[in-house]
Amino acid sequence: MKKLHVNVSVNNNDLEFLCNPEDTLLDVLRNDLNLTGTKEGCSTGDCGACSVILDKKLVCSCLVLAAEVDGSDIDTIEGMAEENKLHVLQEKFLEHAALQCGICTPGILIAAKSLLEKNQNPTEKEVRYWLAGNLCRCTGYDKIIRAVLDAAREMRKDYGPNYS
Amino acid sequence: MDQITPKTTKEFKIVGTRPLRPDGIDKVTGKAMYGADLYAPNMLYGCLLRINEPHAFIESIDTSNAEQLSGVKSIVTFKDFIKINPDNKNNQILENCIANEKVLYDGHAVAAVAAVDLSTAKKALKLVKIKYKKLPFVITIEDAMKIGAPVVAIGKKNENIPDGYSDNVIQYCSFGHGNLEEGFKAAHKVIKRTFKTPSVHQGYIEPHACLASMSNDGKADLWCCTQGHFNVRSICSSIFKMDNSQLKVTASEIGGGFGGKTTVFIEPIALALSQKSGHPVKMVMSREDVFKATGPTVSSLVDVEVGMKKTGKITAARAIIRYEGGAFPNETYELGAQSAFAAYDLDAVKTEAFNVLTNRPTQAAYRAPGAPQSIYAVESVIDELCQFFNQDPLYVRILNAAKKGTKSSYGPTFDDIGLKATLEAAKNHPHYTSPLKENQGRGISCGFWFNFGGNTCVSLNINFDGTVGVVEGNPDIGGSRSSISQMAAEELGISLDKVKTVIADTNSLGHNDVTDGSRVTFSVGLATIKAAKAAKKELCKRASKLWGIDEDAVIWKDGYAHPAGANAGNQEPLSLEDIAKVSSQTGGPIAGHYEVNADGAGVSFGVHLVDIETDMETGHSKIIRYTVFQDAGKAIHPSYVEGQMQGGSVQGIGWALNEEYIYSSDGKLQNPGFLDYRIPVASDLPMIDPVILEIPNPGHPYGVRGVGETSIVPPLAAINNAVSRATGIRFTELPLSPPRVLKAILNKQ
Amino acid sequence: MVKVKIWGSLKNLADGSDYVSVTGSNFKEVIDNISLKYPGLKPQITRGVSLAVDGKIYKESWFTPINEDSEVVLMPYMQGG
Repeated sequence: MKKLHVNVSVNNNDLEFLCNPEDTLLDVLRNDLNLTGTKEGCSTGDCGACSVILDKKLVCSCLVLAAEVDGSDIDTIEGMAEENKLHVLQEKFLEHAALQCGICTPGILIAAKSLLEKNQNPTEKEVRYWLAGNLCRCTGYDKIIRAVLDAAREMRKDYGPNYS
Repeated sequence: MDQITPKTTKEFKIVGTRPLRPDGIDKVTGKAMYGADLYAPNMLYGCLLRINEPHAFIESIDTSNAEQLSGVKSIVTFKDFIKINPDNKNNQILENCIANEKVLYDGHAVAAVAAVDLSTAKKALKLVKIKYKKLPFVITIEDAMKIGAPVVAIGKKNENIPDGYSDNVIQYCSFGHGNLEEGFKAAHKVIKRTFKTPSVHQGYIEPHACLASMSNDGKADLWCCTQGHFNVRSICSSIFKMDNSQLKVTASEIGGGFGGKTTVFIEPIALALSQKSGHPVKMVMSREDVFKATGPTVSSLVDVEVGMKKTGKITAARAIIRYEGGAFPNETYELGAQSAFAAYDLDAVKTEAFNVLTNRPTQAAYRAPGAPQSIYAVESVIDELCQFFNQDPLYVRILNAAKKGTKSSYGPTFDDIGLKATLEAAKNHPHYTSPLKENQGRGISCGFWFNFGGNTCVSLNINFDGTVGVVEGNPDIGGSRSSISQMAAEELGISLDKVKTVIADTNSLGHNDVTDGSRVTFSVGLATIKAAKAAKKELCKRASKLWGIDEDAVIWKDGYAHPAGANAGNQEPLSLEDIAKVSSQTGGPIAGHYEVNADGAGVSFGVHLVDIETDMETGHSKIIRYTVFQDAGKAIHPSYVEGQMQGGSVQGIGWALNEEYIYSSDGKLQNPGFLDYRIPVASDLPMIDPVILEIPNPGHPYGVRGVGETSIVPPLAAINNAVSRATGIRFTELPLSPPRVLKAILNKQ
Repeated sequence: MVKVKIWGSLKNLADGSDYVSVTGSNFKEVIDNISLKYPGLKPQITRGVSLAVDGKIYKESWFTPINEDSEVVLMPYMQGG
C-alpha cells in the first residue's frame, strides 16, 4: 500500500514523515519520530497516557490518524520544558511527589497544561473533572491534584492575572 | 497530613525528609525508558494469536500459510519449547504464556509470529489455522467445586483435600486454635454471612512489554518491564535450559505492577521468536490482552461466622474461604486464611481455605494477595455485630485488637505490633467524630499484611571524588531510588546529592527477589545501610593508615573519620571526600557490599475511615471523606509513604465500588478494556488523608516497616460498612456499583 | 525436643495433634526431622514451609537457631505480592 506524506510541526520543529493510512498519530510519534515520551496505555482513548495537544486541543493521539495531522501543530511532553528549564507543572509534580511509576505522568502533564491554558484559576473540582480522562493507578490522584492547583497558583503569581 | 512519631533515640538528618526524587526529571520530561520504549536495529515485532474460547482441545495448528507471507521471520507454538517437567512451576508459567494441549481460558495464546512490522505480524496471525474442539467449562467457584463439574486440569489435586468436591478443588488448608463450639455458645449473638468478591485487575497503566535478543549459541539479552528481573531470568533460563549467566535481563522503568508484573507473560515467547529468527524481537501487549491473559486477582466466596457478647467481646470466629484463580495452582488461598482474623485476639478461631481451578485467566499477585477478600468478609460481619449491639465499631476493635502476646489466628505469638496505636489514632482523629448528613454512612475496617524481606544484594562504591554509587537490584516502582539514596547518605553522613542509586542488570549483582511483599525499602534499605557500614569500616582503615594509628582507634561520625578519643591523637577529622581522593594511593578504590536473605520485616496493620453518601434514587455511592492510618515503622520519604497509603486505598475503593470481571454465559470476558472495566478516575474521589504512625520495627536498623500493600486491604469492608450504614441494608457482594445498590434499595422499599 | 505447632489441615497427616515434637537445633534440622518422623507431612515440606520462631517469621534460613523452649510454628512458605 502506498504511504502517505505528512508535514507537521512537533514542539515547534517542522517535520515530515511517511505513514500507512491506518497508522495513528501515537504510532508515528513513538515509532517514527522517536518521541517515546507519549505513552500507549490502551489504544482506545480510555486512559489518556497518549495525550498530546493538537492545534491547541487536547487529544488522545491513539485516536487520531497520522494522515489527518498534515499541516498541524503538535505539542508533546518532550516540548514542555524550555531548554533545561522545567515547566512549572513539571516542577510541582516533582515537589509534590505527584508521580510514583511515572507512566501516566506525561499524559497528565499535557492535560493539566491544556487546562491551565484555558482556566488559570481552576477549583479542585474543575481539575478533577478535567483530568478524569487520564488514569493513574499508583497515586489515588491526591498529590496530582495538589500539584496542579499549586502550579496554577504559582503561574498566576509568575505571569500575573492575564497570562495565557 | 499528619505524622505521629513517638520519641526515638535515633536522630535523623536525611531520613524522614522529602527530597525530589532522583529519577524525577526523566519521568516528567518523557525521557525515562519504559518497557515499550526500546528499539533495536533490525528488530522484529512479535504478536500472539489468542483463542476466544474458555476451554478447548487443540487438535492442530497449521502455520504453513503464515510462514509464506513476506516479512514473516519466525513462528512459535508450545511445541517449539524444550520439554521440561510438567510439574515444574516454570513450565506452568510457560503453559500460561502459550497453550500446550488445551486452551484454558478466553484469550489463551496458542501461536506467536515475528515479522518486520506489526501489521505484517497481525496479517500472519490470521493465516495460522487452528483446529480445536470446544470443551465444557467452569467459570464460577460454586460451579467448579460441585462433583461432576467439568475438570479444568487433572492430576493437580493435593493429598489433603476433603471428600465431597470435584477435582477442581486442588488445594486446602486450615488454621486456628481454641474451642469454637464453646466460644459460639458463650456469645450473645452469632452472625453468619456469605460474601462474594469479583476478580479485579491490577490495572497498571503500562501494558507488558519486552525486547529480546537470543542467538543460537545460547546467549541472550532481555529488556523488559518487570517487578523482578532476576526472577524473569530464573523463569526464562529454566524454560530454555540456559545457564543463568548467559541470560542478561535488564529492567526498564516500570509503569506500575502492584503484583501483576511478578511473573512473565510474553518474555519466553519473545526469546523463542528471537532465537528462531536471529533478530531482536519486541513484543507489547494490548490492553485487551492485558485484561484477558495477565493476572487478575482471585475471586472469592467466603462464609464468616462471628460470635460476640453484648459487651463487644468476640467469643469465637470462623471462616470458610474459597478462592478461584484460573487454571493453575497458586498459594493465595493460604494467605487469605492466615490473614482473615489476624487483627484480633481470639480464644477460638478457625479458618479453612480452598483453591479452586476454573477456566479463567491465571491469577497473579495483587497488593497483599488474598488478604482483602477474606478480611472484607470478616470486617463486614464484625461491623454488623457492632450495629446489632449498638456498640462503637472502633471501641469493639480496640477491645478485641491483637497485641503483644496475642496468639495470632495463624499460629505465632505476636511481638510488638502497632494495631492498637493505629486504632487509637483513628479514634482520636477529628474525622471519627465529625457529623454525618442524611444518606451518609461511616465505615471502618482494619487491615493486615505480612510484609516480606527476602534475597537482597547491594554494592556501594565510593568514587575518587567522594561521591557514592549505590547499586541495587529492585526496579523502582514508586520512588525507591530516593529512599535508598537517603538511607545511604544518612548512614555515611554525607549530603544526598553526593549519592546516586542505580538498578543493576542480572549480570551486575547477585540475585534479588522481586519487588513485592512491601520488601524494597525494608530489605534494600537494610542491605544499603549494612553496605555503607562496610564502606565506613574501610574508610576508617584508610584514615588510620594516613594517621599512622591503629585501625580500631578511628571512628566514623557525621561523615568524618575521627580519632577515637585522646589516646588516638588529635588529628583533624578526615571527610569521606578527603579519604576518597587519596584512595588510589592508600590501597585502591573503596566499596562496601552486603548480601542477605532478610527476615524480620514485621507484620503491618492499617485502619481506614470512610464517609459515603449513597444516592437513594440511583444507587450511586460517593466518597465524602477518607482517612488512612498506618504504621510505617519509620517513613524514610514521607511523601512516598503517603503515596502508597493513598494509592492502595484508591485501588481498594475501585474494588469496592466499581471494578469486576464480567463473564457471559459462554465463558467469555465481557469487559476487557478501561471503558467497561472502570478504575477510579480523579473526579470520583476526594483527597485521601494519610496519617503515618511511626512505631519502629526492631528488625530494621532505622525501624522501617513495609508500607506498600496493607492499604488495599481495609477499603473493601470500610466502604461496604459505610454503604450498609448509609442505606440501612447489609451488603455482602462487591462491587457496590449503582445497579447492585439500587436493586437492594428497591427490594427493601 | 522442639515442639512445633502445625496448621490445622496438617493435623490428620501427622498424628492428629496440633503439635509435632522433633529433635533439632536449627530451621533445617527441625524441618528435616519433621519429614522423617511424619512422612504424611513430607509433601507439604517439599512444597515449601517457613517457620515462625518466637513470633518472628523466618522464610527459609536453614541455620536459624532454635531452642527447645522456643515457640516454633510451621507456616506455609511465605511469598509476597
